Amino acid sequence: MFAELLQYLLSGLTIGAIYALAGLGFSIIYNASHVINFAQGEFIMIGGMASATLTASGVPLPLAIMIGCGGAMLVGVLVAKFAVERARNASTVTLIIITIGASIFLRGVAELVWGKDFKRLDAFSGETPIQIMGASMQPQSLWVVGTAGVLIVAIGLFFARTLTGKAILATSHNRLAAQLVGIDVKRVVLASFALSAALGAVGGAVVAPITFSYTEMGIMLGLKGFTAAVLGGLGHGPGAVAGGLIVGIAEALGAGYISSAYKDAVAFVIILAVLLFMPNGLFGKRGTERV
Amino acid sequence: MRNRLLATIAFTAMTAMTAVSGLMPGAAQAADPIKVGAIVSATGPASFLGDPEKKVLELYADRINQAGGVGGRPVQLTVYDDGGAADKAASFTKRLIESDGVDVIVGGTTTAATMAAVPLVERAGVPFISLAGAVVIVEPVKKWVFKTPHTDRMAAEKVMDDMKKRGLTKLALLSEDSGFGKSGREQTVAVAKERGIELVADETYGAKDTDVTAQLTKVKNNAAAQAVLVFGLGQGPAVVTKNYRQLGITLPLYQSHGVASKEYIRLAGGAAEGVRLPAAGLVVAAQLADSDPQKKVVTEFTKVYEDSFSTEVSTFAGHAYDGLMIALDAVKRAGGTDKAKLRDAIEQTKGYVGTGGTVTMSAKDHMGLTLDAFHMVEVKQGDWSLVK
Repeated sequence: MFAELLQYLLSGLTIGAIYALAGLGFSIIYNASHVINFAQGEFIMIGGMASATLTASGVPLPLAIMIGCGGAMLVGVLVAKFAVERARNASTVTLIIITIGASIFLRGVAELVWGKDFKRLDAFSGETPIQIMGASMQPQSLWVVGTAGVLIVAIGLFFARTLTGKAILATSHNRLAAQLVGIDVKRVVLASFALSAALGAVGGAVVAPITFSYTEMGIMLGLKGFTAAVLGGLGHGPGAVAGGLIVGIAEALGAGYISSAYKDAVAFVIILAVLLFMPNGLFGKRGTERV
Repeated sequence: MRNRLLATIAFTAMTAMTAVSGLMPGAAQAADPIKVGAIVSATGPASFLGDPEKKVLELYADRINQAGGVGGRPVQLTVYDDGGAADKAASFTKRLIESDGVDVIVGGTTTAATMAAVPLVERAGVPFISLAGAVVIVEPVKKWVFKTPHTDRMAAEKVMDDMKKRGLTKLALLSEDSGFGKSGREQTVAVAKERGIELVADETYGAKDTDVTAQLTKVKNNAAAQAVLVFGLGQGPAVVTKNYRQLGITLPLYQSHGVASKEYIRLAGGAAEGVRLPAAGLVVAAQLADSDPQKKVVTEFTKVYEDSFSTEVSTFAGHAYDGLMIALDAVKRAGGTDKAKLRDAIEQTKGYVGTGGTVTMSAKDHMGLTLDAFHMVEVKQGDWSLVK
């Protein structure tokens, strides 16, 4: 009985950590530009595909991840520069639609570059399951949870301690004021896209051994990540992480105790309830109308 | 004088040329092309099925034309890509029938695309050979509709026969929430009742799930289960297989014919060892007995495919090959492309040996495959191995 519960929790934690990483990416870009970047899932895909295909052709894993990361950052900056920045004066809805367009475009290009089949990336440290009190987990899950943890702490430090991080925060609080004190808002937006692209790409690389990588892997991860971000309160970093873990664990418990047929419904029921009763998410600030 | 002569020669030459070119259409009419239309999902979620299908149709249309066509008539192939969307499949079917005026249609990669095209071909009276799996396509029999792949029903039967041979009677089912998985689930439930197999668990998973341990934990804790059957396509079954080993479940694991491609073994890696599944002879071409009637066909097809595309052959490619060959074989026997005669000829297909098995159709059976067409295979050392 306890082993069963523990198994569900462990499964939920692994999936949740992936969602958390994706959700964090949404939050960073939202903070800097108030754009909900639906191409976030594609950054994850680029990371996963690049590391899988590069290691398959003999590149050592850390280098492959770094190349994937660099590639995703470049793509992120290009998306910001040529798609989002050009439509700066458009409404938020238009910008969101632009990012959806960018995501479809990126998937198409990825299909041309990497083909349509699934790519396999070997687990970083073997596949012998770890047994914990009757439950078991793949060693790769530890990598996912660990990497997510490290990245989340690093992002926190980045915002609190570095000038660029503070500039992003300032922009998110008041764009005009930030501009007036000399922050180059355009560069802040570019930096935030690069940052969340890098985050997504690393996430993609660590989850690839569990999920396999393919050009459409970003769709589902992106959507669940978005759910996580909204659940935690859009723009709230730790909130997105908590949101991801909650969605992941609720899914696993739902599949285990209710019925696997309703697994995805569980996540969406939560999000509906949150939107109805706590529109700012679990940790979001109370909404103030900006004029 | 000279100028006049030149002018006359030029004029004559021109008239002659016009006459010749005027004759050209007439000459072509003598070898009127056999118009084969195809709708496949070369892009989109079912592209791993549709892409090889498209390649095979184009490759073999070319090869047949280079060899002089069918009865001196070239094959004119028109392929449309429905991107995995059933509504697009329907509008392309309409275009094939109305604008392109095709004689026969091969395709419908997925069951959904096929079922969207069925009412149109039935109304227009155009022979249609589907490449999709579900049993609903040919049951009940539709006058103009045929199919080449094995059905999910056959897969369920084959698996349960193998279970019985091993003395197992209690099955846990894990099916995907896709069209293929849902239909497979229905068939499994029905076949289990007929064959006296008890279904002790009936779980589902999402086609894009990255973790299925929750469902598998339930199966693991189900003391009654003696074997597990997974019905799905693509990466899902590979995820299930990995999670299955992670949880240390030791029950025999069966998969459906939906994963009968090397990609599954590659993705699941070592976790796939010992997994059994029903597969067409094509998958185990090299291991078939020399006396097997399919041996020659599948070995040759594998060689042609792999030489042309330098990727491993898949059963889906084979379905398209069978579809095209059955259609063209029927053209030969019907002595032309009169649609009604062609339909009858397809229905009378008898003893055609293809990549899927030996096809003998009848008025009641528009697929024409028997359970013999499936071979039970087991994954051993990263390769398929025939279960004797």
